[in-house]
This record gives sequence, C-alpha cells and structure tokens, in this order.
Amino acid sequence: MNPSHALSPIPSSLAAGMRAASPVVLGYLPIGFALGVLASTAGFTVAEVGLMSALVYAGSSQFIAAGMFAGGAGAPAIISATFLVNLRHLLMSTALVPSMRHLPAWQNSLLSFGITDETFAISTAVLQGRLATAPFMAGLHLTCQASWFLSTVVGAMLGQTASSSSALGLDFALPAMFIGLLVPHLKGEGAASRATAALVGAGSAVVITLLFPGSGWSVIGATLIAATVGVMLR
Amino acid sequence: MMAIRPHVALLFLGMALVTYLPRMLPLVVLSRLRLPPLLLRWLGFVPVSVLAALLARELFIVDESLVLGLDNPPLLAALPTFLVAFLTRNLMGTVLTGIAATAAIRFFLQ
Repeated sequence: MNPSHALSPIPSSLAAGMRAASPVVLGYLPIGFALGVLASTAGFTVAEVGLMSALVYAGSSQFIAAGMFAGGAGAPAIISATFLVNLRHLLMSTALVPSMRHLPAWQNSLLSFGITDETFAISTAVLQGRLATAPFMAGLHLTCQASWFLSTVVGAMLGQTASSSSALGLDFALPAMFIGLLVPHLKGEGAASRATAALVGAGSAVVITLLFPGSGWSVIGATLIAATVGVMLR
Repeated sequence: MMAIRPHVALLFLGMALVTYLPRMLPLVVLSRLRLPPLLLRWLGFVPVSVLAALLARELFIVDESLVLGLDNPPLLAALPTFLVAFLTRNLMGTVLTGIAATAAIRFFLQ
C-alpha cells in the first residue's frame, strides 16, 4: 500500500498543483527541446511539432513516431507502435481510480489526458491514496503539458542547434525525480513488501527490455509482475 | 515552417486517439464500479512498481543493452542521488544532486 508516515495536508489548489509540477518541468524542458530538434530533422514543420505535442503528449512515443516518420513508415505502423508504447497508461489510470472516482466523469475525462509517467509519479506521491481535487490535478497536468509543448516547439524552431543538455546532466533530471519519489515508498509501514515489489519491478523491466527490445512491454510487464508479488507478500 | 499537412494531422489524430483511450477509459469507466478489495490492494503497489521499472530502464539500459560500469554515468550518478533522497526527502534537492552528479561524472570520466 502507500507510505503511511508523515502524511502532510493534501495540496488542493491550482497553485499547489503548479508548484508540484516543478521537478517535471525541469526534466521536460531538455527532453522536449531534444524531441523538437529531432522531429524537425525528421521532416515535421514547427506547427506540426506543436500539434503533435498538444494532441499526443507522450514523450517516448513521439520520439519513436519521429524516427519512424523519417524512415518512411506509414500511418498504420506508427499508430500501432504508439498504441503499444502508451498502453502502460492503462495501469496508471486504473491506479488513480481510488483517488479520483469522486470527481465528475467529465472532469476525469479531461484530467486523464494529462496522465504521463511523470505526472502519475508526482500525483500518487502527493496523494498517497487520498482524494484528489480537480484544481490540483489540473494545475499539475496543465503546467507539465505547457512546458512540454513549449520546449518541443522551441526545439523545432532552433532545429539543428547543438544541444548540450547531456553535458549539463539535464538528461538525468527525470531519473533523479523517479529516485526522489521512489525512496519514500521504501520507508515506513509495509516498506518490506514495497521494497521487494520495487526490486522485482526493476529486475523484470531490465529482463523484459533485453528479451524483447523496443517492444513497449517492459513497464507494463514489470508492473504486473511486481504489483502481484507485492500484494502476495502483504 | 508553420504549415500543417493534412496527412500529418491525420497521423497525429490517430496517435492521439490510441494514446488518450488507455488514459481515459479506466478512470471514467472503473470509477462507476465497486472494485474488489484485493484489486485495490494490488493497485496500491502500482506506483512503486511503475517507478522502479521506469528507473531501472533509465539506469541499466543504454541503447537496448545492459551497461553496468564506469561507462554509464547515470548509473554512477544514481548513488549520490539515492543518498540525498534517503537523507533529505527533498525532491528538488534530489533532482539537482542528480543533475550535478551526472554533469561532474561526464566531465571527469569522459
């Protein structure tokens, strides 16, 4: 279950959601910029890059789509790959049900558009299974998507300009955020079963990636295995 | 530069649809149902499992193969980052430590 220690009051306002987004924004800016550069090299116009970030808003699948488009792949192949890579959000959306089921369906249908690996990591860490407010979720999701949209468009406008984000270590911003959000799960009541789930999840993700490279199944498969092991230990 | 070609717009609409449905359907449909307690307990393990899986791919996998060693700066940078996370529980401090450690490791080792 969730870490039960040190429960602070639930942030509920739009502004609190925007503040909670700050580590995601820090991570999205260099990656979005890099995606914009890549997508313009792949043959998309600046407006098309902006349209993709506004409509699709899913980092790894946008990288894959740009690469496939440059390689001459057709729409059915690109859309199939996108579906497979983004199917993992099904699990995240399901995991958010206990915290968001009290909201009206129309609000959930809008808020669900902004579920990404990173916003899910932040919102579940903040909520810890408690009820979310729509303004908090909207502040978090809109801020993250705005930073994604702007950084990809700026990257596309600057095109081939060399990106030094990896020399600056900015490519480690999101992995570091995952570490910062993972560690609280490893403390407090029930930490042993959560730590075991984490180890199983990490190991499974590596093994699945090595066995089925580029398949998009690693996070889904690892989560199914790790959560099942965790719930059996509990 | 500002043009949007119709076939590209259609491609993005298709990508958007197959991305949005898995994000939206569970939240909207399952919210109407009573979920069994075992499933709720299982879902409680999803965040930690997702985090660990995402992180492992970032730390151990480079270009689809396993890289364990000095030629993998993110893996080395993870050590001080974990340390700061355990000691401070400060998310922004953890992120900045990770960025600085990665930059320093790349500067000195590569």
